[in-house]
Amino acid sequence: MVIAILALSALAGASGLLLGFAAVRFKVEGDPLVEQIDAVLPQTQCGQCGYAGCKPYAEAIAAGEAEINLCPPGGANGVAALADLLGRDPTLLNAASAVEKPKMIAVIDEQNCIGCTLCIQACPVDAIVGAAKHMHTVIARECTGCELCIAPCPVDCIHMTPIAETISTWKWACPGVTAQAAA
Amino acid sequence: MSALFPFHGGLKTVRHKSESNTLPIESGPLPRRLTVPLRQHMGNAAKPVVQPGQPVLKGQVLGQADGYISAAVHAPSSGVVTAVDLQPVPHPSGLADLCVTLETDGEERWIDHEPLDYRRLHPSELRNVLRNAGVVGLGGAVFPSAVKLNPAGHCQRVDTLILNGAECEPWITCDDRLMRERAAEIVAGLHIMAHLLEPHEVLIGIEEDKPEAIAAMTAACAGTGYAVRAAPTRYPSGSVKQLILLLTGRETPDQGLPLDIGVQCFNVATACSIHRAINFGEPVLSRVVTVTGHVQQPRNIDVLLGTPFADLVARCGGYRDGVERLIMGGPMMGFALHRDDLPVTKATNCLLAASAAQLTPEQPALPCIRCGACVEACPANLLPQQLYWFARAREFDKARTHHLFSCIECGCCSYVCPSHIPLVQYYRYAKNEIRAREQEKEKAELARQRHQARQERLEREKQEREAKLRQKAPPRAVTETAVETGGRDG
Repeated sequence: MVIAILALSALAGASGLLLGFAAVRFKVEGDPLVEQIDAVLPQTQCGQCGYAGCKPYAEAIAAGEAEINLCPPGGANGVAALADLLGRDPTLLNAASAVEKPKMIAVIDEQNCIGCTLCIQACPVDAIVGAAKHMHTVIARECTGCELCIAPCPVDCIHMTPIAETISTWKWACPGVTAQAAA
Repeated sequence: MSALFPFHGGLKTVRHKSESNTLPIESGPLPRRLTVPLRQHMGNAAKPVVQPGQPVLKGQVLGQADGYISAAVHAPSSGVVTAVDLQPVPHPSGLADLCVTLETDGEERWIDHEPLDYRRLHPSELRNVLRNAGVVGLGGAVFPSAVKLNPAGHCQRVDTLILNGAECEPWITCDDRLMRERAAEIVAGLHIMAHLLEPHEVLIGIEEDKPEAIAAMTAACAGTGYAVRAAPTRYPSGSVKQLILLLTGRETPDQGLPLDIGVQCFNVATACSIHRAINFGEPVLSRVVTVTGHVQQPRNIDVLLGTPFADLVARCGGYRDGVERLIMGGPMMGFALHRDDLPVTKATNCLLAASAAQLTPEQPALPCIRCGACVEACPANLLPQQLYWFARAREFDKARTHHLFSCIECGCCSYVCPSHIPLVQYYRYAKNEIRAREQEKEKAELARQRHQARQERLEREKQEREAKLRQKAPPRAVTETAVETGGRDG
């Protein structure tokens, strides 16, 4: 009886020490779930979900404060990926927040730009170059299409342009789509 | 002759070689206008270096190689550049791409060029010459040859150099004619490749339905130590991995390169263009194209790049009645063209005018009955029906783990499918989707980093501003701050 108690206590003590050591030694910085959710989000930083950026939205999802269907740029694929990651049921994209749009980038009409730098300050990914009283332009490769630069422009010289399909971005269509649509 | 190692699956296709392989290669027309696409190879498109209105000589560079995996593009004839703009090119999408348009002057004036002694050049210099001469794989994949001739990073040394003269597509005969007529040139190109790669053995694989080509190549190889091997006539023996397996018994690893197992493989026409590029200093300006099917006189034509397809058809006497579709490449792996005024590119090995009788009638796809015929036919040892389900259900990760990217899109599975399911279409779709998603992910990662960098910068600027304010602020405030800081420190 005594031996059993002693043995179990020793075992429990040893395990406790081991776990305590592991908790300190292998401590994970930050919330890995937030990182994982953030990795799935499209990083447009557009704020269409109602949060200040992709990371805050990821934090809200992880905390259970936000639905997973608030991200229009991520689209149905994004919702499906989040549902998969979090083990939730995939839902439809929240129609109230916005509809899925084709990929676009912002283009500045350089003739009309007055060089006010307001769009530069609004761009969440620093994709606009220019200086005060000098023409600004969008770095097309880095524009995420978040539309945050549209509203601040005092002369309305920024427009969203759909990304044109080129030979290198062209994709084969799914052969079943037409058949399924007909059925 | 040593044993061959047959690959799994494949097809016995109905051969249509005799239509076009009886006549010798004819030189093509010199059209008034040549449209030269700047993307005629895998990798980055060439960067245009000419302006509209500029006169150019035959062989002058129109576009420079841009990046490591790229190749230069040259003026196929002398004349004047009329435009550098988007023009329709042969591509399944029917989209336009950047092209240089030349108005030819008919004088064929060459730019200065001279032969090089490859034995005296450093391998990397030699590879650079090939890159700047626009040498790419002419079997259809158009991968820059200079990259393939650099084994560094893949294997210690190349054991086997294989020259691919299999030409397994049922209608194509351009390599067949080339081997019959220019065997010596091919072997001269092979010498240069062997000089660069220093292989233990050099094998030339030719399907056994081309006895004249085999005889010509054997004669040309006499005394060189290069071995000609007759491969069984079985589609797709001309596919790189299948040919390597056939000739050496070695399997290329999944998603690996032949170089990873010490083997490298080139098309016969590529060898020929390497010979012209080094021993004559001539860049790739033309290629042999098989024009066959429903045309008056099917034949092979040595045609300048940029020549419109319609001119080739005219050279063959025009279309016969009842042409349903124009296909670039063979019927198995080629694609339908939207029009016939598109230019010949380095990838154009065949132009097939197909009549309704020559096309498999399009039938509605029926449900998969899991008969397994596709599994039997797959030369890449994949599970086509499984891949089909995954692609259809958009379960791309699963398709990937089932080795979707090992699919060579040879079309054997679609060919044998009793339900007429366009299987290859599904695989192409799935591959495109996976690549597009990867690119999106990369873009998102870039945006995330830039956003983070911006946040950090804003934070830093805010702190700097505060620090400045503190300095500028009146002494009383300074003492207050100092007291505060002091208090916190204490």
